[in-house]
Formats: sequence, C-alpha cells, structure tokens
Amino acid sequence: MGQRILLNANEINIILHRLACQLVENHTDFKNTVVIGIQPRGVFLAERIIKILKEEYGITDLDYGHLDITFYRDDFRRGEKTLEANKTRIDFIVEDKKVVFIDDVLYTGRSIRAALTAIQSFGRPAEIELLSLIDRRFSRSLPIQPDYNGRQVDAINEEKVIVNWKENDEEDVVYLVSK
Amino acid sequence: MSELSVDHLLGIKYLNEEDIELIFKTADHFKEVINRPIKKVPSLRDITIANLFFENSTRTRLSFELAEKRLSADVVNFSAASSSVKKGETLIDTVNNILSMKVDMVVMRHPNPGAGIFLSRHVNASIINAGDGAHEHPTQALLDSYSIRERLGGVAGKKVVIVGDILHSRVALSNIFALKLQGAEVKVCGPKTLLPKHIESLGVSVETDLKKALEWCDVANMLRVQNERMDISYFPSTREYAQQFQLNKKILESLNKEIVVMHPGPINRGVEITSDVADAENAIILDQVQNGVAVRMAVIYLLASKINR
Repeated sequence: MGQRILLNANEINIILHRLACQLVENHTDFKNTVVIGIQPRGVFLAERIIKILKEEYGITDLDYGHLDITFYRDDFRRGEKTLEANKTRIDFIVEDKKVVFIDDVLYTGRSIRAALTAIQSFGRPAEIELLSLIDRRFSRSLPIQPDYNGRQVDAINEEKVIVNWKENDEEDVVYLVSK
Repeated sequence: MSELSVDHLLGIKYLNEEDIELIFKTADHFKEVINRPIKKVPSLRDITIANLFFENSTRTRLSFELAEKRLSADVVNFSAASSSVKKGETLIDTVNNILSMKVDMVVMRHPNPGAGIFLSRHVNASIINAGDGAHEHPTQALLDSYSIRERLGGVAGKKVVIVGDILHSRVALSNIFALKLQGAEVKVCGPKTLLPKHIESLGVSVETDLKKALEWCDVANMLRVQNERMDISYFPSTREYAQQFQLNKKILESLNKEIVVMHPGPINRGVEITSDVADAENAIILDQVQNGVAVRMAVIYLLASKINR
C-alpha cells in the first residue's frame, strides 16, 4: 500500500481562500444563501470556509447546517454493514434560498444525489450549488459536477483519496492511497 | 458496533447493552427526521412489512404503521377479527400465506406468550414482537427507557418503580429487563395478588406501600389494571385499588421531591392515575407516544438492514 501527498497544508490553505473568495463573488452578503456541510467529512471543510468568510469578509450572519444523507443513500442493504447515521442540524428555512453543499471529495456523485433528495425534506430551495475540495473527475457514475472546485484529481477506482484536517487528524493534508 | 446482535426483536431478554445503545442512537436521528416539514425518508422502499394483530391495539399499531410509512416501507395490515383465523387457520399457515406474497418483515401482536419466538423458528422473515400475551413488549420498554433518558439524561443509576398489575403485564417484564440491562434500580409495587411470586429473582425489589415506593423513586411507571386478562378477582373493587395504588395530586405533593410520571396507555383515568397528574408537566406520557415512533423506526431500520444480504 503506497500513499503520496496530493495537497499539503499550505496548498490547502491557498485553495480554501480561493474557494471562499469565489463564494463571496457569487453570493455577496449571503443574505439569501445557506451553507450546508455534508456529513460526516464535509463538515470540517464547511467550517473552515465559514471561518474564512467570517474573519476575512466579515460575513457573520450566515445560516449554516449539517446534512446527513444516510437514510437517502441508494445502497441500503447492498453492503456488508448497517449504514450508520450522523446528526442533521438545519434550524433555518431552506425554502426559496440558494443552497451551497460543501463536501470534501466528489467521487461517484452518489452522495450528492442523496443530498439533493434529502434537502427536499426541508423545503424547495431556489437553487443548489456544490463546492468540493477534491474532484475525482472521470470517476463519476451520475451527471453531477461541482460549481466550486479545489483540485481536480485523476485517480483510478482502486485508489482512495483521504482528506485529513488538523481539528480531527492532527494536520491538514490530502493523500492519494493505492491499495 | 453498528449492527444489532439479533435478526428479530422478540424480547429485551435477547438484546445486549450495545444493541440498546445503537437503537437509541439511531432513534435520535429519526426523532430529528419526524420533526422535519417532510417526515419521510426513502430507506426502506424495497421492504414490505405485515402488521399482524391478533389482539386489539390502537397506539402500538398506529405507531408501528407510522414508523413503517415514514421509512417508505410498503405496509399490509391484518387484524384477527376480520380474518381466516376465525375459520380455524393455524398461525404458521396464516403467516406463510402472507409471506408468500413477498413480505420481508412481520410485526406481530398475539395473545399467547412466545408466539413471536415460535414464528421466528418456522417462517423466513424478520419478526418484531409487538406484545405476546403476558410475556414481552420490547418496543414499549425501549421507548420507555428512551423517554427516561431524554428527560433525565440517562438510565443508569436511576430508580424506577413500576406500579400496578405486574402479574399480567408484558410492559412490566420488558421494562424490568431493559432497565436492569442499562443499570437502573427497579422496584415493583402493587397489591400482593398482582405481584408474581419470586419476582425478586429478576433483581427487582418489591413494595406494597405506594407512598414508600414513590419516596424512593426518580420515575414512576403507572400500569393499567388489565381487567381483560383477569380470570379471577385479584382485588375487592376498583375503588379499593384506587384508594391504595392511585397516583394522585395529594400523594405527589406529600413527597418532598419531583418525580417523572409515565404511563404506557391506555389510561384508566381515575383508577391508576388521576387526570390532573396525567396532564401535569412532569408526566411524560405524550413524549412516550412521540418517542415510540422514532424508536420503532430505529428498530425496523436496523433489522431491515440485516435482511437477505
């Protein structure tokens, strides 16, 4: 099993600032926009970006929630294990809002498909955008593309992209791991 | 640990502590789901569930049906009163006929203790016991513990008294198993005739004085007197029962503390509990009903994820 570093802490930091900047470009003051981190791993990325929005762009009044997609996945009873859920926390109105989904890795697109269904339970958003740190292009199973993209990666299916955050895993780093 | 240790929910007796923890953790997520504008998730869209009720029920049947529908399962209902059981069909035949219509899971209430266990050995489906005679009612005990946990922050170390007809009560037996498993202290209280002999062997203490039991406890779970299961007279009159074992405002106010009041329903107002107590703030009777849907969703979800993998 080999692993190589795709992004180091410095590169991640530059990308996060660019992504935050692009969000501000499109959503200005976020008055009509809500930000949703996709559980479990999208939440770390979302919190980083929100921190930058707050500290560098003065956007403090931002609706931000977590969305868990477990009960909407299309592989229930298809794997070996019971799918375990995470917490969903959306304590604001989604109806007619612009929604930005944030997830760390965009791979087959199935998680985002599930998230698109899950968010409907909270209302009918005006539009939905997707921000991802890593886009594993050429690996998509569904017609889903990111609107904001950190880094595109060409990885084969046997490889795995692992995103570590210093809050949880000691340091900011993205690895490509081959089995 | 993300999987139940069992393939059927036949009784609390067959569960371990981790199972209960997993059910509660999953129920937390479903409780959030049922408070959304759209209270439905698509997880079980390829699962069909038969609700077989060989005995009357309102709350449990509705609660199971809602839980199943909120998980997007297909549901067929069956009640003994309007079925071929009346024409002499056996239990296995009835269930196998229903299963041959491609049903994956059976929720069953039956007047005979052990009916669920018997069925699980003879038919190929996941079985949930929704009450079998005076034996067990596992989902009720789970939702009771879940409600205690929600109100008091935990079950371990809490003192719970179960008051009333312990002899005929499946709710009492399942609750004793569930509470003991989670480390609570349990006392039973009622007229001697309605307390089973040797109940101490389950690790519970016995009290026949309601006031003393209430002074001891954090939670009082008031059971209904099950007249329909009584073949002989166990106490002289309802009035006398109420005089000794009724939870009313007077006795609650005589305690120097607040206790949580529970009742599995249906309530006989003015017999085991008075209206002012049942509707008071520290009664969590309606929370129990709401939590029942979330807990049953969790049980069905976790069992369904083990079907034909």
